[in-house]
Amino acid sequence: MERKTKLKAEEGRQDIVITREFDLPLELLFRAYSEAEIVEQWMTTKVLKLDNRAHGGWQFETKDPQGNVVFRANGTIHEFTPEKRITRTFEMENTGFPVQLEFLDFEALSDDTSKLTMQIVYRSAEDRNRMLKLPFAAGMNKAHDRLQEVVNALK
Amino acid sequence: MNLRRDVFQAIADPTRRAILLLVASHAMTAGAIAANFDTARPTVSKHLQILTECELLEQEQQGREIYYHLNPNKMKEIADFLEPFRNLWDDRFNKLESIMKKYKTKK
Repeated sequence: MERKTKLKAEEGRQDIVITREFDLPLELLFRAYSEAEIVEQWMTTKVLKLDNRAHGGWQFETKDPQGNVVFRANGTIHEFTPEKRITRTFEMENTGFPVQLEFLDFEALSDDTSKLTMQIVYRSAEDRNRMLKLPFAAGMNKAHDRLQEVVNALK
Repeated sequence: MNLRRDVFQAIADPTRRAILLLVASHAMTAGAIAANFDTARPTVSKHLQILTECELLEQEQQGREIYYHLNPNKMKEIADFLEPFRNLWDDRFNKLESIMKKYKTKK
């Protein structure tokens, strides 16, 4: 079954909404967000900190094969309600992009399927567009593909 | 001022979006476009200049008149710019889904 990820970015607004339906029970979808070792696998990043609770925080870091840090981000957890909602901030370090606010809503569609709705609020509509254009400008998908090749070669 | 116009800044303005909608169906002169707005003619001219500079509009000389029409390639570029970002998340979520299928629910 193909379940496509949808992205809504209305003009003139400073937020985006990403929705995705999963062929997974709600419990497993939520575990993919709550357990550090699982987050590391699907986000392909190292989890330095994941303190999932109100007033908690997180920090992720990605290094290239030479050991240089290519990505580091952190944030504060404002709400952590299991199998329901995570509210957190997201800030990429050393990039000049302002912090953004993320609302992640988890819901069960059936016993075996679930849905994630992720609303990201940016400081301004301009900041939103700059951020959205980042993978477009940097060819992030290509970089992601290359990373995948590297990982596959190690197996 | 010699700023390179940002196409996303251009479409953030409601009047400029209205202009794009107007000329979407057929090419129009500056006068015909301005007749649709209460704003002063020079203001509309400024909007047309910005839209032309960022290549969303193209000018075409027909006799003594200049007609403005939409540049469909540039419009497509805007629609496409979201795609890499959506793909990025689609890849991550596909991965999440395949990883989590190996786990069993505790319930």
